[in-house]
Amino acid sequence: MNAEALAFYALAAMVLVGGALVVYSRNLVHAAVSLVPTLLGVAGLYVLLHAEFVTAIQILIYVGAITVLILFVILLTEGATGLRVRQRNEQVPLALGVCGALVVLLWVVLLRVPWGPAAGPLPPYNPGAVGRSFLMPYVLAFEVTSLVILASLVGAIVIARREE
Amino acid sequence: MGLGGFLGSVWQVELVRMVVLAAVVFTFLAVGGPLFLVLAERKISAWIQARVGPKHVGPHGLLQTVADTLKLLYKENIVPHRADVVLFSVAPVLVAVAALLDWVVIPFAPGWVVRDLNVGILYFAAVSSLTVIGIVTGGWASNNKYSLLGGLRSAAQMVSYELPLAFSLLLVATVTGTLSTVRIVEAQPYPAYLYPSVGVAAVVFLVAATAETNRIPFDLPEAEAELVAGYFSEYTPMRFALFQLGEYGSLLASSALFTTLFLGGWKGPFSLPWLGPVGNGLVWFLLKTYAVVFFLMWVRWTYPRFRIDQLLGLSWKVLLPVSMVNLLVAGGLVVIVR
Repeated sequence: MNAEALAFYALAAMVLVGGALVVYSRNLVHAAVSLVPTLLGVAGLYVLLHAEFVTAIQILIYVGAITVLILFVILLTEGATGLRVRQRNEQVPLALGVCGALVVLLWVVLLRVPWGPAAGPLPPYNPGAVGRSFLMPYVLAFEVTSLVILASLVGAIVIARREE
Repeated sequence: MGLGGFLGSVWQVELVRMVVLAAVVFTFLAVGGPLFLVLAERKISAWIQARVGPKHVGPHGLLQTVADTLKLLYKENIVPHRADVVLFSVAPVLVAVAALLDWVVIPFAPGWVVRDLNVGILYFAAVSSLTVIGIVTGGWASNNKYSLLGGLRSAAQMVSYELPLAFSLLLVATVTGTLSTVRIVEAQPYPAYLYPSVGVAAVVFLVAATAETNRIPFDLPEAEAELVAGYFSEYTPMRFALFQLGEYGSLLASSALFTTLFLGGWKGPFSLPWLGPVGNGLVWFLLKTYAVVFFLMWVRWTYPRFRIDQLLGLSWKVLLPVSMVNLLVAGGLVVIVR
């Protein structure tokens, strides 16, 4: 086993253990904090793929902002009491069925897709390449996404100011 | 060489190098950070308030912090009743580690950087945002209303001030055309027509960095008068010391990044021939960094604390619009001149 495989398995274990903790913690705050190792593990996987820019963005947005936001919201609600919440309800069989179907679907896709060879050497400075592809070939998708985010921002402000 | 180079070379050698560098940086952080800065803070505050400050331990009180650290090591670790033990223990470590990770991309002198990442300043912003998770979980896990409020305030404050900070970084990236800290230092001094924009970005950065490190006038998360030290009021000896390490470590790291981005990093107005390029670089870099630290301490002991609404208003209503306009102006200038 070479170093890359070793690193991959270590990171994958981190993601999986963290993910399991997120799902199985009966304490909401524990579940939210367990997102941190999970998302950091994913960032590590991006490092293995030489995607430094995506790594930094992953940590900045997901770990530094979204997890904090989730924690902040939990702390403002009853979830912050630290009391254990009920984890199962009567819909367990249904959920099992959906999960099983998803596993089968992913497995089939995984086997069917012809995994092509790597797209050649990476540009030496990839943030620049990312920026150029945002503003040239994918400019429409990029602008539409920003509009959606702007709309949700305005919506959030409107909802928050309703008391006037 | 970016992060990817890590896998290219012999990895056992890289691993050893990594551990050694972590030890070296951590030692620098612990000695140059809390151990020295706590003393400096006490001496400077004493000087500003016309007192004497620590005087009795060692010559002129120089060993006061060493004695305090030893005392902290001997005392008992207390976990409050019904606190969340795991998160309570993890939180201070997270804060200290986040402060340590900042130093990976700081260039001390030509060639003296742990790793010159392609995405250097973005990396800095990313890992310094990990601090807030430690503070929030620490505040919650203490099972104390003041700590919880401190943690909540900290989350609101740090998320708000990350935006103006990011805009300042973005402006530097636009002007220099790179995210690597080493190449940003090499690109300085900035051309004269960009001085106003870079100046505004520097001021915004300094204000936002003060808020990110939770220092007066932005120390709402700990505000002794209302929150009894906030998120760390339940923490005893070594865990409290780790929070201090994190706080002073990120203060030092922010000052070092300010030096790197706006004060020319390791470059100096003149060089002393007998020191060589690395020696000169180190001297200038440390001089500038500690000058910024001194400025922040001066501010801390001069101004009173903001209210939380003033604090958030300052970020969203003043700093953010100013930095957006500033970025537009700087971007326009760069495009026109090129």
